[in-house]
Amino acid sequence: MTEMTLDPRQLGTGGLFTAAVPDLASHEAAYGRRPSGWTRSPLLRELEASGLAGRGGAGFPAWRKLAAVGAGRPAVIANGAEGEPLSRKDTALLRQAPHLVLDGLVTAGEAVGASELFLYATAESLPGVGQALAERRDGPRVTLVEAPAAFISGEASAVVNALETGTALPRDKAARIARSGYQGRPTLLHNVETLAHLALVARYGAQWFRSAGTADDPGTRLYSLSGDVPAEWVVEAPGGASLRDVLRLGGAEPSSLAAVLVGGFHGAWVPAEAFDLPLTARGLARYGASPGAGVLLALARGRCGLQASAGIVRYLAESSARQCGPCMFGLPAMATVLERIAAGERAPWLASEAERLAGLVTGRGACHHPDGSARFVRSSLGVFKDEVRAHLAGACTAHHGRV
Amino acid sequence: MSRAQLELHIDFTRCDGRGLCTEILPELLVRDDWGYPVGRGGRDIHVPDGLAGAAQDAVDLCPLQALMLRRVTRS
Ligand code: SF4
Ligand code: SF4
Repeated sequence: MTEMTLDPRQLGTGGLFTAAVPDLASHEAAYGRRPSGWTRSPLLRELEASGLAGRGGAGFPAWRKLAAVGAGRPAVIANGAEGEPLSRKDTALLRQAPHLVLDGLVTAGEAVGASELFLYATAESLPGVGQALAERRDGPRVTLVEAPAAFISGEASAVVNALETGTALPRDKAARIARSGYQGRPTLLHNVETLAHLALVARYGAQWFRSAGTADDPGTRLYSLSGDVPAEWVVEAPGGASLRDVLRLGGAEPSSLAAVLVGGFHGAWVPAEAFDLPLTARGLARYGASPGAGVLLALARGRCGLQASAGIVRYLAESSARQCGPCMFGLPAMATVLERIAAGERAPWLASEAERLAGLVTGRGACHHPDGSARFVRSSLGVFKDEVRAHLAGACTAHHGRV
Repeated sequence: MSRAQLELHIDFTRCDGRGLCTEILPELLVRDDWGYPVGRGGRDIHVPDGLAGAAQDAVDLCPLQALMLRRVTRS
């Protein structure tokens, strides 16, 4: 795996990868010391003015999460689990800029009067974070917890469960974790990239943060680029950049691609004709896509989108934590239907069967895994509708002939 | 405008899909392809006032304590 550290000034931003090497001296040379003494209201105001949205998938405003955390010795968790197999950006960030993430975690913890700080990440990331912790002057007590490399491991209630019991399975959510999370305490959980941005907002302020990106999507974002591209880069790009811009930053040629899956396996396909739209929830609303955690999977022209999609749905089905019936049975059923379409079975009802199953599983699990999987299925059927029609008639448009 | 309304919450991590609740509350719940209860709203199903009693029965009789009745305000 390779990473690209772009010169942030090239992007007109301060950038998350400004430190030359991951150690504290280099971090402080790049960003200065962490300003300590933040309390809840000023940090809330600054975050709200910055417009920073979560970078873990849901894109929830960072300030609202902070505001929702109940009083009384909250726990704060930095989530770097990155269960999506195509996501590399949190690992890249923890490796290259661990101090920025720790600054964000400590600052958020200070502001809410946290009793405990956690950093939850895969085995690959933890040693570097441990080293960074050891050299810090502010000596924060951060408990490092290993996340299993599983798709569902980063879901909020699964993270809390992993911290408490060592099992990273989602729980049924009767109460929000902001009020009752880790050991029943109010809990603030942020993605590690969100915390890194928070650390910079706390240093340089909301106005500075907004100097990159657009009014709708301020600041920069990390993208993990993979699929039919020359190299699997992690790219930092200004918010509101188009897919074409981000692909080019990552060294990929947009005209060679038929579509890009935006937002990971719970995301949606965006076809080539939309590559110039801003990569934001609003810009891509007609495709139901949003940048989410920044996963971009490129599909080359001439490759069958249905085959690629069927493979992903099978993966999603196998990633079900098998706790909830509709997810445990419904996702494999959807995968089978998509595989039958991709294989070119001449059964026109298969398309509506896939739609029906997507509707049936939506909203019927303890976590959003069925919902995200259903969204992906609908997107595949929609964006590749010509291919669906061709397949159900016994042909494949990508292969210019029979399946 | 928002108003507190009664909702039946299904904890699908507990439910085993044998369908007792769908017999008690046929107005709100049917069984899906695998036997699990389906109603409008996924895991949180709006319960009209007239069915509050039957919904409470379903909660009490669910052998796996997978159901919960609660008042929720949604905007
Ligand atoms: S919805 Fe699926 S993935 Fe989520 S907790 Fe239930 S079984 Fe597990
Ligand atoms: S009675 Fe309980 S366990 Fe049985 S189907 Fe209904 S909710 Fe599930």
